[in-house]
Amino acid sequence: MATLHPKLSEERSQTVVSSTKSVKLKIKRSNPNVNSDQQFDDFVVPIEKWTTVLDALLDVKSHLDHSVGIRYSCRQASCGSCGMKINGKPGLACFTKISELNSDTITVEPMDNYPVVRDLAVNMDRMISNHKKVMPYVIREDSEIDAESGIREFLQSPENVDKYIQFSSCIKCGLCNSACPTMAMDKTFVGPQALAQAYRYIADSRDKGKNKRLKVIDESHGIWRCHFAGSCSQVCPKGVDPAMGIQLLRGYLLGIRD
Amino acid sequence: MERETGAREGLKGWLNPGKIGKFGIERLAWLLMRLTGLGLLAYFIGHIYETSHILDGKAVWDKSLEMTQTTEGHLFLALVIGMCVFHTGNGIRLMIAQMGYGIGKTERPDYPYKPQSINMKGKACIYATLGMAALAMWYGMAVMFA
Repeated sequence: MATLHPKLSEERSQTVVSSTKSVKLKIKRSNPNVNSDQQFDDFVVPIEKWTTVLDALLDVKSHLDHSVGIRYSCRQASCGSCGMKINGKPGLACFTKISELNSDTITVEPMDNYPVVRDLAVNMDRMISNHKKVMPYVIREDSEIDAESGIREFLQSPENVDKYIQFSSCIKCGLCNSACPTMAMDKTFVGPQALAQAYRYIADSRDKGKNKRLKVIDESHGIWRCHFAGSCSQVCPKGVDPAMGIQLLRGYLLGIRD
Repeated sequence: MERETGAREGLKGWLNPGKIGKFGIERLAWLLMRLTGLGLLAYFIGHIYETSHILDGKAVWDKSLEMTQTTEGHLFLALVIGMCVFHTGNGIRLMIAQMGYGIGKTERPDYPYKPQSINMKGKACIYATLGMAALAMWYGMAVMFA
């Protein structure tokens, strides 16, 4: 075994690594591909004040039950993979510290309004499909690459950018769709994620595809099914505020706002 | 839009009181708006049926009016008053918000992210509407039980 550098060894000996606290993690387990059974499995995991729900789940997978099904990637609230219901409210597991939940029992369940793949992993095909339908890209006839003058830019003022920049922070985690009460009942509702993204591009001064997008959202199960419960904005981990985007878009459709 | 099978919370997603605790007064206002809307629709249909008795003569009409002259009838009418006031007041709030007013301005989000659309103006309107509905119910009962 390699000998540690004396200074590193001293540093390690002074670092407290043992946890003094633990919580009970209740994980909802199911596998619809096998049967319709659902159950909660309890695990006791040690925590520190910085431990996130994802850390605790990975602790369970490493030491207690490697079969727990979860989806995760970046561990820093950038990829939007680890959305789940934590103590009854949708949240990102990597962005939720256990110490901030003020509870000795943490219940984790798959997000509502999505088909479960297994345990905490859900199928997000529907959300991605609706996201694509609103054409989440700048639509223009001309191009930034110009044959005569080479590459040019579509210039925007900072004020123009401020109109949509918060909506461009969406990481497609799907928490908003999970919290939305309309999504709970309406199987064909386009959802707050896609509607907020429609506003993001409609508010972009470079975009010329308003009419194409409005055709997608201005229908009976489109934007008019939002009744402003605001739950989508309350769970958004990136400050996108989909409810605001939807109301602004509705004002635009009514001809009241620019 | 294509349909997706299963995976919906259904009515549980509406009526679960835990959701109101998690998502705040806006979610309660949303739920009450739905319930009062359905309640007023039911009352409207019942009201049309009740008033149609006028075609059957004075005796039948008087008898149908007696239904609302009981304690239960008065409580029911007080509930209708409350539903009507809440649905109207909250409806006005929603119409203003859904035109894009009173929901804040778009800006670059900074941590900790607080949604501007869920603000004190909206909350104050909801509390005021609930208060007005309660006041109207109280006044209605004071008149009916006097």
